[in-house]
Amino acid sequence: MSAKLSLRGVRKRFGDHEVCKGIDLEVAEGEMVCLIGASGSGKSTLLRCMNLLEPIDDGSIWLDGVDISEPGLNRQPVRQKIGIVFQSYNLFPHMTAAENVMLAPRRVKGQTRDALRPRVEALFTRFGLGDRMEHYPDQLSGGQQQRVAIIRALAMQPEIMLFDEITSALDPELVGEVLDVLRDLRAEGMTMVLATHEMGFARELADKVCFLDAGRILEQAPPEALFSNPREPRTKAFLARVL
Amino acid sequence: MADASSQDRAAASSTAPTRRALYEAGVRRRANRIALISTLSVIVAIFVLVPLAPGWEAVQKSFFNGRVFAATFPGLLDAFVLNVMIFAWSAPLIALTGLAIALCRDARAPALFPLRLFGIAYTDIFRGLPVVLVIYIIGFGVPGLGLPRPWNSPYIWGTLALVLVYSAYVAEVIRSGIDSIHQSQRSAAASLGLSDRDTMRYVVLPQAIRNVVPANMNLFIALQKDVALLSFIGPVEVFRQAGVYKSLYANFTPYVGAALIFLALTIPATRYADYLMNKQNKARR
Repeated sequence: MSAKLSLRGVRKRFGDHEVCKGIDLEVAEGEMVCLIGASGSGKSTLLRCMNLLEPIDDGSIWLDGVDISEPGLNRQPVRQKIGIVFQSYNLFPHMTAAENVMLAPRRVKGQTRDALRPRVEALFTRFGLGDRMEHYPDQLSGGQQQRVAIIRALAMQPEIMLFDEITSALDPELVGEVLDVLRDLRAEGMTMVLATHEMGFARELADKVCFLDAGRILEQAPPEALFSNPREPRTKAFLARVL
Repeated sequence: MADASSQDRAAASSTAPTRRALYEAGVRRRANRIALISTLSVIVAIFVLVPLAPGWEAVQKSFFNGRVFAATFPGLLDAFVLNVMIFAWSAPLIALTGLAIALCRDARAPALFPLRLFGIAYTDIFRGLPVVLVIYIIGFGVPGLGLPRPWNSPYIWGTLALVLVYSAYVAEVIRSGIDSIHQSQRSAAASLGLSDRDTMRYVVLPQAIRNVVPANMNLFIALQKDVALLSFIGPVEVFRQAGVYKSLYANFTPYVGAALIFLALTIPATRYADYLMNKQNKARR
């Protein structure tokens, strides 16, 4: 099976600091890949490169066999296919939850509110927010905001979803409700890439876990293999610290 | 037993003030007393000492003359209607021009570079000139071209001068509002596939403009006062009308009347702007 998304030798630097030092990664259709590693190992940057929020310096990124890292390429169609959810939610504070979700489909795809309404309502209901559609972000808990952010990305009907440590800013008792959403998407067969510190979750659901260290993927393997039997001493050391 | 006593304490705390509440109330009372006494003594000092000055009688006669005040105040109020009108048609023009200039300065596309350059030059020039100078140059200069009526009206060119100067300031305030919106909002919009234009229009600008409402209110209060500068090129608004009365009665009291009219409008507006600003600061904390 050819990869849905593939990264080949991706390098990204900020000034003198090289954050990604040649990353190769294949994500197959319907697969869930987890990126783990210490803060600053390059997980977030890698995700931001995948949907072209950050231009890469070298290497290439391929989506369905098309090189999307070509400089000067129109990035908007690519971003419609790859949704991302951020650690800090980044909802638009001046819009209700429903308006947050409908803005992009309206402006980018030209759909009307009336046409969108049933689908958006279904999404809110599915993720337990049916009665929160007309609330503003500051009237919602962190877990609710993050679920709205996920709905907002899903409303564009992306083919791949990226999640950048989406539970890291949440109070512990709210983490579960957001992870449930991910479980749901997993069951639906969504292609997903997660940067996460939730090792238990990665172990339970991922098809592949990648350990990043100082801008490189040091080791990638199915979760059982990586968590119970890591090859690299650095992976061992990291897992010993977090598990 | 222990249960009952803790319930007693809870009941007591909801009715009787606590030790701390009593202490703080005492501190507050004392502070209020001191503030009142010091304010009163300053006021008394002014009312007692100023009339002792050698020239007080003359000043009183020429600045605080009740008879002249009563005779001129209604006329000043009538003239002030013109100030309000000039303000009323300048303000929306200023808001729109200011927004347009702010967006010019924010234009990123290379094809729009001239626009950006224009925005920078515009704000630099009009923030760098005294308002009264712009009013003179435009108010006397443009009608000098010999345009037919109504295009030689000082109202039009005076308004234009105010719009040019004030929109430069408003543009800078709006731009600071745009800069204050966190990059993550733009990232979120971009990641959803929104164009730069839609990101500005639907995500950045609505938040930016809300943030700068109090700062812009202060500018519009200043504008209300600067409308008086148009009197230099012709329109008989309240300041000029006061000048006319001054000559008529050989007395400065009409200027004090005009000052009171301005204050009646600007003080509430200033208080309101401060209130908005405080509310916003609290919300941010």
